Amino acid sequence: MKKSNLAVSIMIACFPLGILAADVPTETPTPKPEMIEAYQTWKNTDYSIGSPLGGLKGNPANGRKVAIHRGKGNCLACHQMPIPEEEFHGEVGPPLDGIASRYDEGQLRLRIVNMQELNPGTLMPPFYKHPDQFNRVSKKYQGRTILTVQEVEDVVAYLMTLK
Amino acid sequence: MKLKATIIWGVCMLTAQLSASVFSADVFSGYTLLKQETKEMQDDDFLNQGMATVEKGGKLFASIGKNGKSCETCHGQGGKKLDPKVIATYPVLNSKTQRPITLQQHIINEWTENLGNAPLKYESSDALALEAFVRNLARGQVVNVQTGGKMVPFFEQGKKLYEEARAGQLDMACASCHNLYPGLKLRAQVLSQGQSNGFPLYRLADGKVVGVQTRINQCFDQFRAEGYPFGSEENTLLELYMNARGNGLKIETPAVRF
Repeated sequence: MKKSNLAVSIMIACFPLGILAADVPTETPTPKPEMIEAYQTWKNTDYSIGSPLGGLKGNPANGRKVAIHRGKGNCLACHQMPIPEEEFHGEVGPPLDGIASRYDEGQLRLRIVNMQELNPGTLMPPFYKHPDQFNRVSKKYQGRTILTVQEVEDVVAYLMTLK
Repeated sequence: MKLKATIIWGVCMLTAQLSASVFSADVFSGYTLLKQETKEMQDDDFLNQGMATVEKGGKLFASIGKNGKSCETCHGQGGKKLDPKVIATYPVLNSKTQRPITLQQHIINEWTENLGNAPLKYESSDALALEAFVRNLARGQVVNVQTGGKMVPFFEQGKKLYEEARAGQLDMACASCHNLYPGLKLRAQVLSQGQSNGFPLYRLADGKVVGVQTRINQCFDQFRAEGYPFGSEENTLLELYMNARGNGLKIETPAVRF
């Protein structure tokens, strides 16, 4: 097998784990539509999404990485967080230290999935809104959610550790 | 401790929201958010890198076109017959089309129609140089875009694009940041009020002079949206609204920004 073919195979294998083209330089090929995971529907019940998307279990350590990653969660753009190794935490959103003492898991999930359900004027990007509900998305990101289902659950699991 | 941090944040946000509502009436230039050294760079024409573009624009302004005329033929040497007060009113209503026209579009049109030159691409370096040269003639002049009369519907459309048109995968509108959070930091970058009084300006992050429509599209790119084409109806309306939103600010072209 040629080297390039191997690279492509690795990419395809890694894709379900959430390696999106997000912040990676442009030479990364955009995944073909059939490679994009199926959208998982969710429901806002009493300002909460009670059960995990796709029934997945979140990994808090990976959630922390997603939260830092500038092309994925990029939570630090707006929020101060207990992540001392990263400089320049943003000031626009509320600090997230202790967030799990203020909200339960389902309330946090809704806030990550689509904060617009709570505040239509919010600046916070909807990390798991239906791809058809966006306007004028650049080609590279069309048809996709900002985070994968697994990444959403990982971030929820991470935030739940911030008691 | 955590509770204390949240309370402090809450108070800060309340202050920010209150001042945001004040800002909407009380406009301020991005200049006020600059570090001292960047202010000095802008203020000193020998340090201001945008001045090279203004000079280039001056040369183009004096260059003879295919019809044997230059901009100076009508507008005087160095554009001395141009009225800075009029420059400060752009975009204006074009009497022919009865639609708003930006200063750069006006220059581009004259360049081909009157001087007989090859067309200039919108936001190309020559078009920007000419715009920077002309707008620099009005430096210090107060921005005064007409928003009444026939301009009302265009102003309203531009305002809608600015405030309500969420775009891109990050699903944001211009106002999501620039109306609500000016002065606060998004990661390490301080959010401005999104004022256009310094354009075309020297952008340190790009190492060159950029026009307002280029800057708008850079923002769109950041929230993963397709920008509108340069010189398009939408960008004209956005520029109209943005300039008018800064009515009362002084023209700073060429400003220096990050």
